[in-house]
Amino acid sequence: MLDIQDLHVRFLGREREAVAGVSLSIGEGEIVGLVGESGSGKTVTAMSVAGLLPRKQCDYSGKILLDGTDLLHADRESLRKIQGRDIGVVFQEPQTSLDPLMKIGPQVEEVLRIHTRLDRAERRRLAVEAMAAVELPEVEAVYKKYPHQLSGGMLQRAMIAAAVIAKPKLLLLDEPTTALDVTIQAQIIELLKKLNRESGVSMLFISHDLNVVRKLCGRVAVMQRGLLVEEGEAQEVFRHPRHPYTQRLIAAIPTRTRKGGEA
Amino acid sequence: MLMVSFLTFAAFSLISGDAAIAALGTSATPERLAALRAELGLDRPLLVRYGKWLLGFFTGDLGVSISYQQPVGELLAPKIRLTLWLSLVSFLLITAVSIPLGVLTAGRRRFEGTRTALNQLGMAVPPFFTGMLLSWVFGVGLKWFAPGQFPDAKEDFAGAAVYLLFAAAALSIPRIAMTVRMLRSTVQEELGKDYVRTAIARGNDRGQVLRRHVLKNALPPVVTFLAQTMAEIVAGSIVVEQVFVIPGLGRMLVSSIGGRDYPVVQAIVVILALWVVLAGTAADLINQRMDPRLRLGGAA
Amino acid sequence: MKRGNGFFIAGLALTCLLAALILLGFFWTPYDPNAMAAGPKFSAPSPAHWMGTDNFGRDIFSRVLQGAGTTAVIALATLAIGAVCGCLTGALTGYFGGPVDELLMRLNDGLTAFPSILLALVMISILEPGKKRSVILALGLVFIPGFARVTRTAFASLRDVNYIKSARLMGASGPRILAVHMLPNTLPVLLPALTIGFNNAVLAEASMSFLGIGVTPPDASLGYMLSEAQGMLFAAPWYAGGTGLVIVLMVFSVGLLGEGLRRDRGVL
Repeated sequence: MLDIQDLHVRFLGREREAVAGVSLSIGEGEIVGLVGESGSGKTVTAMSVAGLLPRKQCDYSGKILLDGTDLLHADRESLRKIQGRDIGVVFQEPQTSLDPLMKIGPQVEEVLRIHTRLDRAERRRLAVEAMAAVELPEVEAVYKKYPHQLSGGMLQRAMIAAAVIAKPKLLLLDEPTTALDVTIQAQIIELLKKLNRESGVSMLFISHDLNVVRKLCGRVAVMQRGLLVEEGEAQEVFRHPRHPYTQRLIAAIPTRTRKGGEA
Repeated sequence: MLMVSFLTFAAFSLISGDAAIAALGTSATPERLAALRAELGLDRPLLVRYGKWLLGFFTGDLGVSISYQQPVGELLAPKIRLTLWLSLVSFLLITAVSIPLGVLTAGRRRFEGTRTALNQLGMAVPPFFTGMLLSWVFGVGLKWFAPGQFPDAKEDFAGAAVYLLFAAAALSIPRIAMTVRMLRSTVQEELGKDYVRTAIARGNDRGQVLRRHVLKNALPPVVTFLAQTMAEIVAGSIVVEQVFVIPGLGRMLVSSIGGRDYPVVQAIVVILALWVVLAGTAADLINQRMDPRLRLGGAA
Repeated sequence: MKRGNGFFIAGLALTCLLAALILLGFFWTPYDPNAMAAGPKFSAPSPAHWMGTDNFGRDIFSRVLQGAGTTAVIALATLAIGAVCGCLTGALTGYFGGPVDELLMRLNDGLTAFPSILLALVMISILEPGKKRSVILALGLVFIPGFARVTRTAFASLRDVNYIKSARLMGASGPRILAVHMLPNTLPVLLPALTIGFNNAVLAEASMSFLGIGVTPPDASLGYMLSEAQGMLFAAPWYAGGTGLVIVLMVFSVGLLGEGLRRDRGVL
């Protein structure tokens, strides 16, 4: 469904490519993890898929095919139609990623406002449904609240609701749990698994936290300095890492979880 | 506010001894000076005089002008109206021009150098100079209005309006430059924030991003800035009224200072200060309404 | 990373040029600025008289040069008073904080809400109107709150920064911290503020002299000359043109300089 073919991205003014030839596929219903340290290029890859690459400031080449359409070279208008509807994005910091002066409800509905002609009542109904699906408590009350009135975990659920409300083909998540407490992290992971099961939405999960990736993803791809150094079934990669970099990453995980398998 | 009026009053009382001399001339006899002083109430202690004045202010009695021998309130009423009009027209002009300019050009990088240079130029041109330029080009040259002859609004409304417009334009230009700059930087700052990224990821186009999200977030500092603009307009009107010979509060202030007519000066200064403070308070109120985070008891 | 950016260079060049001209003007002008009948009355700009002559036949260019000098001196003196006092108070209260800081800030808020020209007008009418030193004193005092606030904000925000804390822990004394650590880091904000202050001073002085409440003859400044020029708008528009142009040029070049300063340090 999503096919990244030999993606190269270099920011103008820099010598080194941020993404130096990455190819990755995501099938329907798959959850793929993209891991690596800061600077590995995983976020740039994700942003390229989301259509958020600042084209005027980069040299780029390759293809990003979403069911046949090349996102990388699509014109603004076509890209815009896909953003939100076919691809949903969840960012790392929910407090700053949501408009502080807009209530939660309308923000969850926003994609519907842009891409559909549904009327207000219909949108509200779907928003409430989506918010319930992400297990937000007291949905009606939360609908009317402002971002600063909710906790990080609740905000992130709202972001997820906003991203999946139009039933996109792909959900892009860029470090969605990094800013949250560990217990909340676990809840969000479970939620994502549930969403994937029930709706079949594919996910590209970016993280530097291997524990989280291990619990959630079916397949895992490891990036180092712009290149894909390892890829495969999650459990395989974790048990038998082939690339020295992957081995180092895994070795760096605190001992307790590594031994236990399922923590 | 209180502080300002007290300071002004105290300051003037210090030299108001001159007022008696000014009124009577230096050859006045000591007895006549003393009599006038008593009549003007200048021989009573400072605080008492201030108290009296304050009371008078709120009841509309602002004292009597020394030069004109008229109650100050009467004297100033028509001038207040005129200056008010000038201020409002200038304010509208500034907002109407700067907001579209500032918002639409924010984030666009082309011609940035030229834009900034133009901006600096705009800020460098003092209102009295622009006023003279305008007078010369449009008044003397094109004869769209007669510089120095402000038509009576009741007789020639259109003429007065045009005249006022030119004066307002002269006043507004530096402030427009500043406001555009401020708007651009504020909007640009907002555009760099995370929620804009989210908005784009949801499929908003540039216009929608601006309208739906950025504008209301960029507003608070702008509103405050506009309130300060009001203060600037007040200052500018003093000068512009001089250039265009408009019989408003500003001109009155200048002539009163020169003529040492302290009751008038005092009253005008306080009125202008009041106007500025009102603008500031209005701005604060608007900001409070707009941003739920500023209201008490908003956090979860 | 210092890049010579366009604004800075252009601003610096223009400012230096003007400064040089003004300095020259202190020692020599093409004609004696007060000499009547240095040329024919009301003559338009020409090679002999670059800005023409006025109603007394005085060479306008010489007068403008002299006036610019007066304006510049007043602005600089104002800046000296306002900036030095303001920055000092701001730095001290910003660094030490506490109730004094709170009180001063409130006071400052009250004062700055007020259009500075009004305050200055009030003050001038108390002192002797028409004298250079009254104008300088009045404007200088009026500018103090502005500088105090800018400095105070800069210093207060640095107060809790890590390297300052570690300097304190190492036992560095108050003055040392202020001078060695904080000052260099607040310069990016202070220097542009100085340029803005200069421009405001020039404009304020010009406005007040224009209104007749600032500097009066024999100390003629550009503002006063403009008010003279207004009366001759019909007959000798070049008087107003030349004078005004010089004001604009002064403010413009210093403005560019300030803009360049701001960008060079990346603080925008």
